Amino acid sequence: MSKKIKAAIIGPGNIGTDLLMKARRSEWIEPVWMVGVEPDSPGLARAREMGLKTTSEGVDGLVATMKADGVQICFDATSAYVHASNSAKVTAQGALMIDLTPAAIGPYCIPPVNLKDHVGKREMNVNMVTCGGQATIPMVYAVSRVQKVAYGEIVATVSSKSVGPGTRKNIDEFTRTTAGAVERVGGAAEGKAIIVINPAEPPLIMRNTIHCLTEEEPDQEAITRSVHEMVAEVQKYVPGYTLKNGPVFDGKRITVWMEVAGLGDFLPRYAGNLDIMTAAALRTAEMFAEEMAAGRLVL
Amino acid sequence: MSIQGRKVTLHDMCLRDGMHPKRHQISLDEMRSIGRALDEAGVPLIEVTHGDGLGGRSINYGFPCNSDEEYLKAVVGVVKNAKVSALLLPGIGTVDHLKMARDCGIGTIRVATHCTEADVSEQHIGMGAQMGLDTVGFLMMAHMISPEELLVQAKLMESYGANGIYCTDSAGFMLPADVTARIALLRSELKPATELGFHGHHNMAMGIANSVAAVEAGANRIDGSVAGLGAGAGNTPLEVFVAVLNRMGAEHGVDLFKIMDVAEDLVVPMMDHPVRIDRDALTLGYAGVYSSFLLFAQRAAKKYGISSRDILVEMGKRKTVGGQEDMIEDVALDMARAKG
Repeated sequence: MSKKIKAAIIGPGNIGTDLLMKARRSEWIEPVWMVGVEPDSPGLARAREMGLKTTSEGVDGLVATMKADGVQICFDATSAYVHASNSAKVTAQGALMIDLTPAAIGPYCIPPVNLKDHVGKREMNVNMVTCGGQATIPMVYAVSRVQKVAYGEIVATVSSKSVGPGTRKNIDEFTRTTAGAVERVGGAAEGKAIIVINPAEPPLIMRNTIHCLTEEEPDQEAITRSVHEMVAEVQKYVPGYTLKNGPVFDGKRITVWMEVAGLGDFLPRYAGNLDIMTAAALRTAEMFAEEMAAGRLVL
Repeated sequence: MSIQGRKVTLHDMCLRDGMHPKRHQISLDEMRSIGRALDEAGVPLIEVTHGDGLGGRSINYGFPCNSDEEYLKAVVGVVKNAKVSALLLPGIGTVDHLKMARDCGIGTIRVATHCTEADVSEQHIGMGAQMGLDTVGFLMMAHMISPEELLVQAKLMESYGANGIYCTDSAGFMLPADVTARIALLRSELKPATELGFHGHHNMAMGIANSVAAVEAGANRIDGSVAGLGAGAGNTPLEVFVAVLNRMGAEHGVDLFKIMDVAEDLVVPMMDHPVRIDRDALTLGYAGVYSSFLLFAQRAAKKYGISSRDILVEMGKRKTVGGQEDMIEDVALDMARAKG
């Protein structure tokens, strides 16, 4: 009997398809359903070619048979507007929901920081924050786990081509959600998030700068060690997560410069901002799946 | 082309763009006295905020000595005829900041994006228009794209509800023909009721010439800064532009001698360093680099023992856009490492 946990992906767009390609390599997750709303969707066609069951009738097309098909984890890669309804339908069937939209019904999940807590609490819906949050909050936490951070600020610079219409229509959602998670998950007393979109060609690989102000004089050695350990932790699921410069210490300011290159599964390599979302979502699912397989988590 | 009799609305930047060379440390008292003096000189519009707009308070751009709210209330409280404007860059500030600024009594909101990214401004422009504010779309680094591409972005902002569109030469790179081509195309293709504006930087000493070209091509709103206090080599020096407009017979309502005195008696004494075309500012204009990078590059150069000009040239090669101040120290660290 396979130890793998069966999963459904809702949203056959670029994110959903990239997630599917990653999930097919997973030791713990077996993607079996792809859910869309357009019968002619190329994403659904690709999923069918890869042997998945598909529906173009949205989540309603999935719930009828998801229990019989053994689906225990769903990923929502659609939009914040439909997530609440998707989540209610899926969790009513006893499955866990991993939310890649900005809806944030469930608690924020940054895998190397707080995934274990969510698994321990048997959360049924976890939210993957934002791309900028996934890329930067591990670094804020790497400082705050050493000593108190009075202020954490992140600057995410992404290529124009990697920012979709949903994000563009509501860019405030990015800055607000990311700043909130810098506080609540990253551990900074005050959080600030800035996003810069750069149209250069060829597209630039995602860059992130993380600034922290500590309350007391920073313990340079301990913080440097913590940052390097955290980089290694994120690299386990995003190999292109690279420390470009720093940590630089300037009084109580600590600054780290990161680059995030994707794996180039379905999304281009430069779109590390999207890759880190799909990779973090899969990582989250895998951890829940490990617990399920070991019998420690029963849905 | 004659601009005799043309009406031009002048917009002063020294309390916003001027925050850059002041490292965002203009005091409330300075804001009040300059705001009052600009008003008395007849300047109709005065921009006030952090140099990087509402919500610019950050490690990345600098912590100001007072909040945007305190600055806005201070200036709104002393002007009799002038209106106060605020700048907002989506990605840095949000609609929450816009609501705060509206409550402080601003009359104009200017929503700024990189020239290719107008579609991030929909919610902010929409809300500004809905609030009944004079709502302006501000397309930065406009030298980086063709007039035709700029028009596409300007139309987006117009469709979201902007009643004015600015062609913004953030790098001080443009020459008069570049301005003419852009403004003329926008004028012929946007709605006749949509006002057009030009915001210059003086890095190539083209501030005045470019602003004249903009008016000739159909712009009726021009940004300048008293004594040129602004990022890089500063903005179009407002008192000089007033004198030029007087000679050309355009109507603007600003008293030349009074504005000269504001420059000489209030703004120049406040400068931390002469705002002029030094080699770094000239490099900004020549290489097409965002003007507010100037002091950041100079500080990083000093800290890491490399040339600020080299840093700015590299920022240009990397095709950086406004807001990427964080990359300056990154570039400096790379250069210092390469140097060994």
